Amino acid sequence: MTELVVGTKKGLFVLEGEPGEGFEIQTRAFAGQPVDFATRDPRSGRLLATVTSPFYGPKIFYSDDAGADWEQAEGAALPEGGDRALERIWVIACGQDSGTVYAGGDPGVLFESRDGGASWEINAGLWEQPSRPHWQPGGGGLCLHTICTWPGDPDRLAVAVSAAGMWLTEDAGRTWRRGNEGIVPRYLPQEALADENAGRCVHHVERAPKRPERMFMQFHGGVYRSDDAGASWTDIGGGGLPSDFGFPLMIDPADPDSAYVIPLVADMDRVTPDGRVRVYETRDGGASWAARGDGLPSEHAYLTVLRQAFARAAEGDALQLYFGATSGDLFGSGDAGATWTTVATRLPPVFSVEAS
Amino acid sequence: MVCVRGPLRKLTGGRPEHELQGATVLALLQALEAAYPEVDGWILDERGLIRRHINVFVNGGRAGEASDVRSGDRVEVIPAITGG
Repeated sequence: MTELVVGTKKGLFVLEGEPGEGFEIQTRAFAGQPVDFATRDPRSGRLLATVTSPFYGPKIFYSDDAGADWEQAEGAALPEGGDRALERIWVIACGQDSGTVYAGGDPGVLFESRDGGASWEINAGLWEQPSRPHWQPGGGGLCLHTICTWPGDPDRLAVAVSAAGMWLTEDAGRTWRRGNEGIVPRYLPQEALADENAGRCVHHVERAPKRPERMFMQFHGGVYRSDDAGASWTDIGGGGLPSDFGFPLMIDPADPDSAYVIPLVADMDRVTPDGRVRVYETRDGGASWAARGDGLPSEHAYLTVLRQAFARAAEGDALQLYFGATSGDLFGSGDAGATWTTVATRLPPVFSVEAS
Repeated sequence: MVCVRGPLRKLTGGRPEHELQGATVLALLQALEAAYPEVDGWILDERGLIRRHINVFVNGGRAGEASDVRSGDRVEVIPAITGG
């Protein structure tokens, strides 16, 4: 049985089913409220959700009874008395230490929890970066949307901020350094590339768990690979992609040479190219890409898939892939992307998908 | 008198009205937070500002953080009607 935890513009949905055999909605929570991200911590079974009420601001909630009751977590806020307010919480990621959970938000803030998400503290090392006043927000705000842990090493972490780029730590977040070498933002004039504070609009990053120094990045125009833990990046956006613009990216944890992207036409036309929904797969580290669209809409389908709306479960030949669109459609594959079925339709716009 | 509704009522002991002391709207809202810590962050943000889509009225007139409040005034905290 596979569980999908889906954050939408109008609430949280939990679905259960088998790939190719249909899914049923088991739970809806936070009716009417934007759920930016939701996930289940596999260590504790706890559900965690980030909810941004348009009235009452962003909050983290958790449930230990399958979504029947929710408690508000404490501490997910900026220091009081400053000149900024927390705008949104974009992502939650399980850490490597027992009970450690991370959350990333706007304005470029990382929170840490040591009790499974019940209480949170701001990561001071990143919050107090001297260059922070010069960080530039992307179109969605100054959002810390990607958190990559390092299997077996809780001290090593990589986070991505739109548009302050990649930030890396090797001492559990006490100190941070940039990791943007090789990234070429085409939206900047050549003269501005030397300015490390000029916008590096990372859209999503995944780490290959069996070769943790390898990472894949979907950039705002560009797909990149790093073989040195995010310090430097190589463009792998050619080789068969119809566009190197998009938001989500996923990997097969069994294969460090694998990545999946869902290209959109361009930043000025953020829909699937040619009215066809296709996932593109590489199994050679990005040297070549192949379209995987069997079972996906292939005519007059102009979908937008957001950065957190692409998920996986299992790995290798059993790899399952799921993604949702702002159209409210949700698709799944039980054979590593070879074939796809429609998991749900007419959901509210899908913000995030997590699978387990 | 501070009046709340919706989820704010649930967070403040289930009561729609609260007798609190304060000379300004901000002081009253901070007193509400002190009495009911669960409402911390729901009306005022980290800067001490009323959230963008919450309206506060004093005796029916729109008010801000610095608005004066006198004994017997009625302060209502209401989610804004937004959108088209």
